[in-house]
Amino acid sequence: MINYIVKRIGIAIPTLLVLIAVSFYLMHAAPGGPFTSERPLPPQVLANIEAKYGLDQPIWRQMFSYLWGVLTEFDFGPSYKYHDRSVNEIIAQGFPITLKYGFWSFIVAVGVGIPLGAIAAIRKNTWIDYLAVGVSIGAQVLPNFVMAPLLIIVFTLWLDWLPGGGWNGGSWQYLIMPVIALSTSYMASIARITRSSMLEVLNTNYIRTAKSKGLPTKIIFFRHVLKPSLLPVISYLGPAFVGLITGSVIIDMYFSTGGMGYFFVNSAFNRDYSVMMGITIVVGGLTILFSLIADLLYAWVDPKIRY
Amino acid sequence: MSFLEVNNLKVEFDTADGIVSAVNNVSFSLDEGKILAIVGESGSGKSQTVFAMNGLLDHNGRASGSVKFKGKEILNLPSRELNLIRAQKIAMIFQDPMTSLNPYVRVSEQMAEVLVHHQGVSKSNAIQQSINMLDAVKIPDAKNRIRMYPHEFSGGMRQRVMIAMSLLCHPKLLIADEPTTALDVTVQAQIMQLLADIQKEFGMSIILITHDLGVVAGNSDEMLVMYGGEVMEIGKTEHLYSNATHPYTQGLMSAVPRLDDSADRLVTIPGNPPNMMLTPVGCPFSPRCKYANTTCSLQTPILTKVNNNDHYRACHVAIEDTL
Repeated sequence: MINYIVKRIGIAIPTLLVLIAVSFYLMHAAPGGPFTSERPLPPQVLANIEAKYGLDQPIWRQMFSYLWGVLTEFDFGPSYKYHDRSVNEIIAQGFPITLKYGFWSFIVAVGVGIPLGAIAAIRKNTWIDYLAVGVSIGAQVLPNFVMAPLLIIVFTLWLDWLPGGGWNGGSWQYLIMPVIALSTSYMASIARITRSSMLEVLNTNYIRTAKSKGLPTKIIFFRHVLKPSLLPVISYLGPAFVGLITGSVIIDMYFSTGGMGYFFVNSAFNRDYSVMMGITIVVGGLTILFSLIADLLYAWVDPKIRY
Repeated sequence: MSFLEVNNLKVEFDTADGIVSAVNNVSFSLDEGKILAIVGESGSGKSQTVFAMNGLLDHNGRASGSVKFKGKEILNLPSRELNLIRAQKIAMIFQDPMTSLNPYVRVSEQMAEVLVHHQGVSKSNAIQQSINMLDAVKIPDAKNRIRMYPHEFSGGMRQRVMIAMSLLCHPKLLIADEPTTALDVTVQAQIMQLLADIQKEFGMSIILITHDLGVVAGNSDEMLVMYGGEVMEIGKTEHLYSNATHPYTQGLMSAVPRLDDSADRLVTIPGNPPNMMLTPVGCPFSPRCKYANTTCSLQTPILTKVNNNDHYRACHVAIEDTL
């Protein structure tokens, strides 16, 4: 177990380095730069600014000095666009917001998705099943960029129950709509994965054995059905969790929540190299971390898997 | 009042292609302490017969007829009431010990839950009783092995675990659905020996489902031969072995390879098993029967007494013609 974790972390380091190298190169390969604008700067001024940020150096040297800063001082450098702020500050500002609505979206997606899928499986081919499947298909085909404005129209403009945007320190009124908009499609996927895997489990020989033992449905469900049914859900949850907590530009745009997704997309448009790199590294690192956690969780549930 | 009495049991399944009648008008009875073997090829309805008795049919299946256990009708009871009979009165073991135990739950949990639920004993007491039962079915080092998961046992050992689990509440009837089919031959013999031993020790009745006539011979008091969901012949095992009068039973008997016979090819019954989608008309075996006449394909034969050895058969062909 410990060996396995050490090995996985050992693999994670070169993976991250490759991720950094490739994104760094791709980013610079895209035309334009942080100081390209519609009214071009005088060449002398541009050269001076680029020299200040080291952009006149060869790319490999830029990358190594960047990496050096990241590794030795955990410094992701200054933003090229927000002149008075460092990337660390931007992440420190955006990430907690994203983390908060992402975490709640995760809770909602799991908390609604698993029971919904389970009920559909147990009541297969009844109206409950059709309703649950209908809801989850509906939730999945409704993209969040449609969902978000619909929510605003209904709950802000018509009913005037909830604020249409902003963050206000993440108080619940401001949290509800972003969480609903972000969680629905994940909830739908979780419900569908749960339903199909539970249907499979309900048909296994060991559930027939459990029935033949005269156990009540409740015990059969919680002791024999639930755990194996959740295995495919767990494999989905690792990447889904990272997707949720690293933010969504759609949510940040519609609800002006100011999370990381907003900075990430803007940095790409602005060629704000350091912000892009910083967020890429954070997201990449989290992805690696949570797929490791999902794998460990998997081994904990499935006794046949031991590392 | 007989111990177990099955009358006109019928099992049907609704499928996308129509109704499949898997079991048609099966009747038999079983006395306490006896072993009944149900024999037939795959798809003959032998497993569905016993699943119906214990309420274990798939969702699309329905059963009708009557199954009386100690005089009480148990067919189609709601599961709440069946749960009072299952494990405590009628226990089951299944064909494939690899998949019949839950791979995600420790053997100790799977066994102890039976006692905790049915007898309300404490968990530690239940585990102690389970260890004793594992000892009784000759699982070495049961005390430690009970903490393991099913995949840490070999196939034969898993079937022993299944048997031990089924015996925990000392049931009166054990239904063994092809208990040795998934095991290799030497292990098969050990498991059959074990079943014979515990049958004597616990004095229970067993319904043994198998397609292996070798297993039937030494291990049953009575045998019931099924084909196409219907009973072909039923009688005392010993008697039936030497006096099979139904052409299908005779075919099965002659298909058993013999050590003292140097034939190159194994004997088979020509033709294919019936298509269960079609509504049965006449004797299901008639298309493959070498004695079949026109009555056979038009009229379903009913079980009639052959002699006083409790020997019955369902066949239109005169006994003299099949000898």
